[in-house]
Amino acid sequence: MRAFNGAAGQYHAFCILVVDGSMKRAFTQFWRGGYSALPGYRFSLLFTVFWTGFFIILPLCALIIRPWQDGVGPVVAELHDARMFAALWTSFSTAAVAAFLNIPLGLFLAWMLVRGDLPGRHIANALIDIPLALPTAVSGITLATLYSPQGWLGYPLSKLGISVAYTRSGIVLALMFVGLPFMVRTVEPVLKNLPQELEEAAKLLGARPRQIITRVIIAPLRPALLTGFGLAFARGVGEYGSVIFIAGNQPFKSEIAPLLIVVRLQEFDYPGATAIALILLLASLSVLVCLGVLRRRISAWSVGA
Amino acid sequence: MMRRGLWVAAWALIILVLIMPLAVVLAEALKNGFGPALETLKDPDGIAALWLTVEVTTIAVIANTLFGIAAAWLLTKYRFPGRTSLLVLVELPLSISPVVSGLVWLLLFGAQGWWGPALEEAGIHIAFAIPGIILATVFVTLPYVVRTLVPLMEQQGRDTEEAAALAGAGFWQILWRVTLPGARIALVSGILLTTARAMGEFGAVSVVSGHIPGLTETMPLHIESLYNGYQTVAAFTMAALLACMALATVLLRYAPAFLWRSREVPK
Repeated sequence: MRAFNGAAGQYHAFCILVVDGSMKRAFTQFWRGGYSALPGYRFSLLFTVFWTGFFIILPLCALIIRPWQDGVGPVVAELHDARMFAALWTSFSTAAVAAFLNIPLGLFLAWMLVRGDLPGRHIANALIDIPLALPTAVSGITLATLYSPQGWLGYPLSKLGISVAYTRSGIVLALMFVGLPFMVRTVEPVLKNLPQELEEAAKLLGARPRQIITRVIIAPLRPALLTGFGLAFARGVGEYGSVIFIAGNQPFKSEIAPLLIVVRLQEFDYPGATAIALILLLASLSVLVCLGVLRRRISAWSVGA
Repeated sequence: MMRRGLWVAAWALIILVLIMPLAVVLAEALKNGFGPALETLKDPDGIAALWLTVEVTTIAVIANTLFGIAAAWLLTKYRFPGRTSLLVLVELPLSISPVVSGLVWLLLFGAQGWWGPALEEAGIHIAFAIPGIILATVFVTLPYVVRTLVPLMEQQGRDTEEAAALAGAGFWQILWRVTLPGARIALVSGILLTTARAMGEFGAVSVVSGHIPGLTETMPLHIESLYNGYQTVAAFTMAALLACMALATVLLRYAPAFLWRSREVPK
């Protein structure tokens, strides 16, 4: 028994030594900046840590802790609220559809910019940034006017019997507008790095245009397309300004989750609003993580093949 | 033949999706001609909104430029435990909904927030006042300078900086004479992106501002209240002004590359 105790004690001490040693090493490395010869490490470290601490970590803590502060009740009540699930579903489904529809559009525009010898390519390239640059409130009221039943595009669509404004299709259209640059800008650099000879070689070897598109152009672009999809989707889930004017905002039909947060805040229901915000954040982060894992799989698989 | 068809399709798409909205802004603003449009800009609440936007944008841009340079220096010149988590944290605001970015400041400084009531008693107003708007804007625009600087500074490595340090240069000298001149195009681009985003921010500011006309309404918020009040011409005139400011800022990103390239070519 005593011998056992002794061995265990020695093992315990050994563990402490190892953990202590590695912790000490990690700490000195942290404090010395990986023993870099450059000055200014501690200054920039303190500045950055304090700034991110105040502007990112502190708000994040508030977001995580606040819903539980009045007990579990408000969160549970929010989880029983069908309206919240309808809003979350509207946000996620419209964002996914818009990001998906943007894949062919973004691929086409990126290909035309890089390979298509598009006349006025430089102007077109600058124009792609418009949705990113345009303030969301401006694009919101503009799209609502453009697609309203009297609008330039809404009028012909309503003649065809398609009503866009104040429905979910309106939300999808707004999110497609906002997300398009993400798709083009992630695909463009990868496409630029692909040797053009691949397309020419495939053509000489007798590939049909459809084969060239699917096997030579799209196959190596799949990770980039997935990244673009993820970026457009993440932006779309949280989008507020460019959507609320065109959405109509009917509960259970065309109400998006960010708007429901604002509604709850106007009712002074802080725990409820924070619960929705937390769910929205966790859901979009987990989708992003899944897409990241999927992308790594696909690119590993393409390299291996 | 097919190539022509693709060109037409691409330009049709660009016109339909990207140019049409800009044309709508101008058409709605100038519906009754130039005179009435210019007249709406004389509204004192509109002018107050314009100045508030300029003020908030200036503060947010200066704050985030200083932070961006420090963070990019730290993240690219040293390797230390926790570096990757710091990088993830800095980019986090990009994947957070604007409404949530506003909400978090209400949770801290609002009337029902953690420190709101105490600060309110001390006479410091943050939520539903200008400091709240600034906090929300800084949060939303935090990642842009870091994101444009980090890839470039990472690629440049630290050889030149180490040479300068061995030659006896101090921290500020290295930063000012070696690192920043090498990264100036990326830095300018990051600052301009921050500016464009800061002046157009709507969701986050809308949650913390309280919508007091003439006091806490920035340009995007003023556009919303005009539009909801059926003052279409006024709303779209202000929207056109804001859109011009933002688009000009974003287009300016192409200017330094263009200028420096044209200056370097003759050598």
